[in-house]
Amino acid sequence: MSTPATTDSRAASLRRRLQGSKLPKLPRRNRDVLSEEEMVAWPFIDRLGVALAWFCGLLLIAISASIVIYMLVRGIQYVKLDALGHHPVVQSTTTITGTSGGYLDPIEGTLILTTLGTLIALPIGVATAVWLSEYGRPAWLARAVESGVEIVAGTPTIVLAIFGLLIFSKSAFGFLSFTAEGGAVFGRSFFIAGIMMSLIALPLIVGATREALQSIPAHVREASYSLGKDKISTIRRVLIPASRKGIATGTTLGMGRIAGDTAIVVILLGASLTLEKQGSTPVIGTLKGTGSTLTSYVYNNSPAGEGNAPQKAYAAAFILLVIVILMNFVVDLIARKGSDPWAR
Amino acid sequence: MGPLKTPPPVRRIVVDDQPTIVQPPAGSDGAGQATDGASALLSAPRKREGKRGQVRKRMETAELGVQYAGKPAVKGVDLPVNQGEVLALIGPSGCGKTTLLRSLNRLVDQTPTATRTGTIFLDERDVDLEDVTNLRRQVGMVFQQPNPFPMSVFDNVAYGLRERGSRRPSRAALRPAVEEALDRAGLLEEVKDNLTHPALRLSGGQQQRLCIARSLAVGPEVLLLDEPCSALDPRSTAIIEELVMGLRAEIAIVIVTHNLQQAYRVADKVGFMYLGDLVEYGHADQVFGAPKAKRTREYVSGGFG
Repeated sequence: MSTPATTDSRAASLRRRLQGSKLPKLPRRNRDVLSEEEMVAWPFIDRLGVALAWFCGLLLIAISASIVIYMLVRGIQYVKLDALGHHPVVQSTTTITGTSGGYLDPIEGTLILTTLGTLIALPIGVATAVWLSEYGRPAWLARAVESGVEIVAGTPTIVLAIFGLLIFSKSAFGFLSFTAEGGAVFGRSFFIAGIMMSLIALPLIVGATREALQSIPAHVREASYSLGKDKISTIRRVLIPASRKGIATGTTLGMGRIAGDTAIVVILLGASLTLEKQGSTPVIGTLKGTGSTLTSYVYNNSPAGEGNAPQKAYAAAFILLVIVILMNFVVDLIARKGSDPWAR
Repeated sequence: MGPLKTPPPVRRIVVDDQPTIVQPPAGSDGAGQATDGASALLSAPRKREGKRGQVRKRMETAELGVQYAGKPAVKGVDLPVNQGEVLALIGPSGCGKTTLLRSLNRLVDQTPTATRTGTIFLDERDVDLEDVTNLRRQVGMVFQQPNPFPMSVFDNVAYGLRERGSRRPSRAALRPAVEEALDRAGLLEEVKDNLTHPALRLSGGQQQRLCIARSLAVGPEVLLLDEPCSALDPRSTAIIEELVMGLRAEIAIVIVTHNLQQAYRVADKVGFMYLGDLVEYGHADQVFGAPKAKRTREYVSGGFG
């Protein structure tokens, strides 16, 4: 805490001394935009580079702004608030009428799937990160786990989806979805999609949690050991609470990714527009059943899909965008709230 | 050892404006310390006069050696640690004083590459025969960086009191012990209305006293301080030095410090380490005033390090 102050006063006294003498002012770096006279001295290629850097940055802002503004305009145009509370109606025609219903089921589907995927990924992710950061022995196993997490992170979700279908269509996993007469397992349900979705969130949670754990100085662990605590107590009572921010950041990022994924939904959620329960058990029935999410709804209603109702696609896409942007905003809030508490 | 001189109250916390800064001899501007450092040290205000209770041996190392991956960091050190005295370990960086300190509560065992030889006794018992968690409850440690846990002030102090496995004692049951520890660390007055506030919101000096309170709460016999003031401002340093003075009657204290003035101010005994050897051990006045070894003389007069 005292360090910045002393550095500042040292810089201030240096500046005072410099001003007192005939020396020119020291240039202030980092914070300030380069002044023109400084840039004139630069070679052409460097000036071109700076210009390109500016251009690319501004281009990205323009792209993201145009996405948001376009979806905002289109979305607000077509979102009917009462449609949020209504079930969609399955249509065989492409005509758009007022009777095609709302997006209640896709919204529910997105919420269910995001919750389910997160609930599966969170404990596994935190446990993996704790093991990697605090145990990590034998070293070859830790490296193997790391590579495994990286491979899962790098696998396209459509590959995850096909893989999931392959695995969960085995009769051993019949309890997770619908089994037809004759024993064929459907292999598509909220359960199955949720399990595969958790693989999307898992690497993000592992990465963020691990980073948070590793940023905790060794002396904090040692302080806990010095009070006669063992490793387990230290992890549970000190390290995990201290990593809350990282865990929350990773989880929220993962939720955003789950909410935004399409491939797994299209392949593993059974592509029924409404929530179709399997069996009569209230919650389990829904989870074993099929449904849709905002992403599959957008896909279906886009000109490329069967529904071909672009207005509905815009409206649903707008809702999805709002959800994902809100989640990113939450991540920013979490990440900004205080930095490393033990930093000098 | 010396009889009691004018005994001030033991737990007095004095906050003078600049009690910790050694007044350099007139005419020199601090750099003079390099030439006549020893005399500047000896003219510094001393705090170690006053009540310190009966001096008795609590810990002792016999032929203690520590190697990191085979490279010796501490070489065959025999060192007594007495209650009623503050023992300061001084020496240049990398001389093994922190490693020695970390051996005393077996924290060095946490380092995978470290091997320890020789014996350490706590009250005549070999610490290696004792349960390590039990040992660490008797030998507390405070670190260079204040490191309260990310929880409330109360929970930080109560942390060590809550045993794993057993049902958590209620806050009400822990409160007297927590308040006593905070009081002994001289922090109670400042935080008693904010016990539920996050500990990491306290100032650096308060955080360090909280770390001391946290150690005191589990009732240690020995307290190890690893450069406890090097991250603190002079005012907080003064408070902590006063605190250490007050605690030495009840607890044996070992302090590692790079600050020779601090060692002179607070220590009754001083151990000078160099390249893993305990070069000199003796009363502070002797080590600083009339060092026997050439290395010690050079070091305390600012010749190297």
